Amino acid sequence: MSGISRRKLIRMGVVGAAGVAGLAAAAKIAEGYGLVPPDAGMLYGPGETLTYAAQRLLTRHAMAREFSPNEISEDPFANEVDPLGPEFDRLRAGAFSEWRVAVDGMVARPASFSLSDLGSFPHSSQITFIACEEGWSYIAEWRGVPLAHVLNLVGALPQARYVIYRSIQPDWWESIDMADAMHPQTLLTLGMNGAELPIPFGGPLRLRVPRQLGYKNVKYVTSLTLTDSLKQFGKGLGSAAPEGGYAWYAGI
Amino acid sequence: MSVGPPLAGGRRHCASVAWSGSGDDCVLFPVQHASSIAAISQSREVVRPRHAAVVRVTHWLITVAFLALLVTGAEILTSHPRFYWGEIGNINTRPLFTLPIPASRDTVPTGYSYVLPDQNGWSRYLHFEAAWLAVLTGLLYAGFGIANGHFRRNLLPAPSDLSGRSLASDIARHLRFAPPRAGDAGSYNVLQRLTYLLVIFVLFPLVTWTGLAMSPAMEGMFPGMVTALGGRQSARTIHFFVSILLVLFLVVHVIMICVVGFWSRVGPMIFGRVPKPVERL
Repeated sequence: MSGISRRKLIRMGVVGAAGVAGLAAAAKIAEGYGLVPPDAGMLYGPGETLTYAAQRLLTRHAMAREFSPNEISEDPFANEVDPLGPEFDRLRAGAFSEWRVAVDGMVARPASFSLSDLGSFPHSSQITFIACEEGWSYIAEWRGVPLAHVLNLVGALPQARYVIYRSIQPDWWESIDMADAMHPQTLLTLGMNGAELPIPFGGPLRLRVPRQLGYKNVKYVTSLTLTDSLKQFGKGLGSAAPEGGYAWYAGI
Repeated sequence: MSVGPPLAGGRRHCASVAWSGSGDDCVLFPVQHASSIAAISQSREVVRPRHAAVVRVTHWLITVAFLALLVTGAEILTSHPRFYWGEIGNINTRPLFTLPIPASRDTVPTGYSYVLPDQNGWSRYLHFEAAWLAVLTGLLYAGFGIANGHFRRNLLPAPSDLSGRSLASDIARHLRFAPPRAGDAGSYNVLQRLTYLLVIFVLFPLVTWTGLAMSPAMEGMFPGMVTALGGRQSARTIHFFVSILLVLFLVVHVIMICVVGFWSRVGPMIFGRVPKPVERL
């Protein structure tokens, strides 16, 4: 090998070593700025961290695309739903009048809201698509209360960094960071296509996070918890998705 | 048999920069075996490598990333082997076409009585991690190729090669499996150059673009990225077809390497030039 190649190789080695050291420092700084997802310690953490950090830097305030009414899917697909259990059946028998969503954790005023409480809050509607990680999608009009309104009402503490939300289905709980939680399109959704949100689509209450895939849009929401760290919840990976092998951040 | 002076540079694209030499990666011409061995045995006297270190490193990083993307992409695809055009598509809408394969989810009508194991979790994780590797490596390669003249020198065809008659004659020579012309052994021929340029500047950017167009957060940031393609489901369908073209490229690329002599082409892409043990070939 010629001297020039050798010099080049040495130079590449030095650049590589500097790169590794730089990455380590960058990771430390990124953690401080909230650019590291809770599942970063897993096998595919580097790729996830790059995706999450890049999108937090680029798309923090981006709005999900909205469509015109004539683009609403005529026959949306709800996906299959596991049996919802006796508690859901009981609430359903009472026309969900006893359905409540509790908000606790890092808030000044923990509270619990009924569906009629939520119905009395300012509403917002959007025509956005929901896309499943499998590849399919549909467009619907969604109506509900911006999550930001509820979080302001209960007085989210400044140190809160994530909102955990849980379904009446015990295995389905997710979390989002405050950028998504306070985003104007993130809705506690009560209605769909001009009617009440049908049960197969998550009725009576679904959290729509239109900038993330379907599995972050938890159906049958019963509680919210604000926290500064996800480590003490579940296996400490952020939500049920990474525990089941899926990425915590689903903005892709 | 026509074997040009090996590694003496292409007949018109040779550069004097030491490491650039000639980019003799994989001639599309099936060089007869004896000729490549002759070329190899003389190559030890030539000091400059056939491929720059950056080209070699990025070539193999892209190879690893592409294989990971291919395997995981195929796995993700089995969860919904139906394709659509426009913004939306699901099992309640008419597909553009359906792949005749079983699915890994029981909600998809496939005509098969069984459901494949669902491996989407790690497949998706690895797909996006490999995509980062591919894109960052691609950017490094592209930056190098532009800054350093690699594209201009080794991949840009000579204008005289692009005339209809010249191209037709080159295609005819390929179809006849004719041996390379003098000088071709030390450089890329015009069909190779055009193929590599197509992969580097059209297919690779397109597969990246269509992939990004399926990101719900990114398409909010750059809506034109999706609408220009006709919608999110169109992006997915194009992503699939571009991937098929990239697989076809890979298959032809590997077949040609085997035809002209595997080690005579893979060796230089690893070591810069062919190392000694190859004489036993």
